[in-house]
Amino acid sequence: MLEKAINGSKIYWGWIAFLLLLMSIGAACYWQQLSHGLTITGMSRDVTWGFYIAQFTFLVGVAASAVMLVIPKYLHNYQKFGKILILGEFNAVAMVILCLLFIVADLGSPQRLMNVLLHPTPNSVLFWDMVVLNGYLLINILVGWVTLEAERKQVAPPKWIKFFIYLSIPWAVSIHTVTAFLYCGLPGRGYWLTAVLAARFLASAFAAGPAFLILVTYIAKIFTGFDPGKGVLSTLGKTVVYAMCVNLFLLLCEVFTVFYSQIPSHMAHLQYLFVGYHGHGVLVPWMWSAMIMAVVGILILIDPKNREQDNLLIIGCLLIFIGAWIDKGLGMIGGGFVPNPLHEITEYVPSQLELGVSLGIYATGFLVLTILYKVAIGVKQEIE
Amino acid sequence: MKTQRRNFLKIAAMAVLGWGVRPASELMAAGGGTASEGLLFASRHKVHAGPNTLTASRWAMVIDTAKLNEKVMEDIVHTCHSIHNVPTIPGNQNIKWIWETHMDHLFLEDLHEYQPEAGAKSALALCNHCDNPPCVRVCPTKATFQREDGIVMMDFHRCIGCRYCMAGCPYGSRSFNFMDPRKHLETTNPDFPTRTKGVVEKCEFCAERLAEGKMPACVEVSEGALAFGDLADPESEVRKLLAERFSIRRSPTLGTKPCVYYLV
Ligand code: SF4
Ligand code: SF4
Ligand code: SF4
Repeated sequence: MLEKAINGSKIYWGWIAFLLLLMSIGAACYWQQLSHGLTITGMSRDVTWGFYIAQFTFLVGVAASAVMLVIPKYLHNYQKFGKILILGEFNAVAMVILCLLFIVADLGSPQRLMNVLLHPTPNSVLFWDMVVLNGYLLINILVGWVTLEAERKQVAPPKWIKFFIYLSIPWAVSIHTVTAFLYCGLPGRGYWLTAVLAARFLASAFAAGPAFLILVTYIAKIFTGFDPGKGVLSTLGKTVVYAMCVNLFLLLCEVFTVFYSQIPSHMAHLQYLFVGYHGHGVLVPWMWSAMIMAVVGILILIDPKNREQDNLLIIGCLLIFIGAWIDKGLGMIGGGFVPNPLHEITEYVPSQLELGVSLGIYATGFLVLTILYKVAIGVKQEIE
Repeated sequence: MKTQRRNFLKIAAMAVLGWGVRPASELMAAGGGTASEGLLFASRHKVHAGPNTLTASRWAMVIDTAKLNEKVMEDIVHTCHSIHNVPTIPGNQNIKWIWETHMDHLFLEDLHEYQPEAGAKSALALCNHCDNPPCVRVCPTKATFQREDGIVMMDFHRCIGCRYCMAGCPYGSRSFNFMDPRKHLETTNPDFPTRTKGVVEKCEFCAERLAEGKMPACVEVSEGALAFGDLADPESEVRKLLAERFSIRRSPTLGTKPCVYYLV
């Protein structure tokens, strides 16, 4: 089926060339990082995780979103999602690859990466994160490829694949839960030391992930004429808006707990993020933009009539997606380190080279996504 | 068959609970006693002792804040950093094994504004060699590990530079080599390894000196402000100091059981 990826229009090849260009920029920046070390980033002794780990955390959520198609289709027999299910699975493949690339980019000694396997350490959550991420990658490659192959031959998919489809449901939950567990359970980091962190991660994932899927499906529709079927995307939009409501609710739970208890080490981080702390507050405008985007996105999408209109659905999804990205891709990790446990404030802003490396990684992920979507949509159009 | 299966289930259950469950051999409750057992997986490593090696069941340090002054603290920091090839790097990507900081940063919850000199006074911060160290718990490669005598050590050659241990340590005791540290060394002590970029490092309670029968360097130059000894031995200097004077530890409510004590 891969041959579908090498027959494309000028626009397709132009896009691929553009991504390759961004990838080479990223590679050049990463070369700088390899030779000079992580000193090229904006990270410091106090803020030891930055943009890379934040992107990984956010993208795990986007990857987990495939389950929002698998559950209705297989557990509730909602056949309409059948048509875009493969897009969800291939999206998960691309996103997990992005996650893994961001983790590797963040390592100080990437040449020793294999030490995680050579000295498996079950008491480290990072070990389990590696296990579940790679497992999820394999499951989605397998399920996506086998079902697509069957579709192409116009036969029913083999029975054994059902097992992996059902397995993918708890597994998707696990990748985001384990990722949240990386943060919660660390003493002295008040912002992360909360039992709702995993729940919040899942809620924001099930908002941002499907929102992303809706957006890329529209893009695919524009360029290939692929028709996801009537009402599919607006139904998925329902998931987006409800998940975002839950996410905001959980945030309010957090705010209440922290500020009613008045424990300084827990209040400090939220204060830093939303109103600034001792005169420091680079993230304040970002966090408020994120909140406004989330609320406006919810107001737009909560009305079923709005979800039926392509333009409003796109705008709503875009707002919610960007809002969730700011919250997790900037605030969650940076805000957790500031102020540090000694109550010292060191702010963090990603450096240009750091952003360059990230750009290259994103381009790599989109290249994988483009190729997989090209194949999937090509097969679908062939059999029609 | 049946018992085999039961044993297997038991082991599996223990494995799942793993890092949360620690045997209740509380150190202090036993009036010293031996080091408590480590995490199920992050088990403690044997100490290889030579003929001169100083040994203990549980090494600990006592810092007398009344005896610290600017000069002593400077000497201590300088001595530790120079013999351990700790580079002097300006900015916030620096490396610190032991450093001077305000008392109110060290003891966020214990001091108040009406104490004499609270806040103005400084003391030394270093790795606490916690008895229940979160840095060991989170490390995915066992590059950070704990010895049976309580010292939390680092294997610089195994560390992948993920910096999870830095997120885990609630005392800011660890530093990461963001850049090549060798470029920032004016002189090098050939008896101690230098590090490379991309690994974490911290104070190791001078394990390399203990192996040769010597006390930690900072203790030697501290003019009596620092004491080092076996917490399990009631006759040791540290136990005597702790019995005579009032002492506090950094963030004890976090459950990490720091083994650096401050006399106030
Ligand atoms: S002070 Fe920090 S680095 Fe040292 S043992 Fe405790 S947690 Fe680990
Ligand atoms: S940075 Fe090194 S020592 Fe710290 S957790 Fe990672 S591998 Fe372990
Ligand atoms: S015990 Fe040794 S390594 Fe630790 S601070 Fe003192 S001199 Fe430095």
